[in-house]
Amino acid sequence: MSTRIFPGRYESLAEVAEFVRFEAKEAGLSFKEVFELETAVDEAVSNIIEHAYGGEGIGEIICTTTPVEDGILIILEDHGQPFDPSCVPVPDINTHLKNRKNHGLGYFLMCQLMDDVRFEFTNNHNKLTLFKQHR
Amino acid sequence: MEIKTTQFKHCDVVKVTGRVDSATSPRLAEEFAKINDDGRYKIVMDFSDLEFISSAGLRVLISTLKNCRRYNRGDLVLAGMPENIHSVFDLAGFTSIFKIYDDVLSAVGSY
Repeated sequence: MSTRIFPGRYESLAEVAEFVRFEAKEAGLSFKEVFELETAVDEAVSNIIEHAYGGEGIGEIICTTTPVEDGILIILEDHGQPFDPSCVPVPDINTHLKNRKNHGLGYFLMCQLMDDVRFEFTNNHNKLTLFKQHR
Repeated sequence: MEIKTTQFKHCDVVKVTGRVDSATSPRLAEEFAKINDDGRYKIVMDFSDLEFISSAGLRVLISTLKNCRRYNRGDLVLAGMPENIHSVFDLAGFTSIFKIYDDVLSAVGSY
């Protein structure tokens, strides 16, 4: 298990990606699986900065990676506002270009690319657990 | 992320290297806006050295595409897309919206 703490700024995204990529490779994920995990984690961290903290430089993001038998668990924790995924509209990916609304796309991608996505909210503490299985 | 724009007679080629995420996508939006502000709406984006693009980057592409296609004045076409990025485009329903070419030469030739 490895834990790193990152400042809640968009500049942290590249460092978070580097950390997650390294841990995912160590856990035996394929190149494609590592890329999918990197995409999901990027969307999750961006959402924390934008929605939980409401902007950059407000709080930090704790990232913990745990290799498991069939894949890897990534836990992202923050102390911002609870982010309720049921409030996120599902984007219609088949709609015509002019009607296309892309809010909610990040959350949609995160759910599509991961094998499990779980949110937990307690007092001033949000915990998001992502699971990616290796094939 | 690095951006290199080359202006050709019929279109502009924007080569993007590295990562397009929430930190870097505003710079990509600025680059496309600059081209459009100069009255040029036929753009090729070269993906061949792009490592990563998040939904923040995808939003920039969609808004640029809409702006370029308005009044039938142009397009934003994509070239040299790595397979893993193509999969994300497919998942997001973007492969049916954008014209995607194997390489920059074919993309430039489409204008």
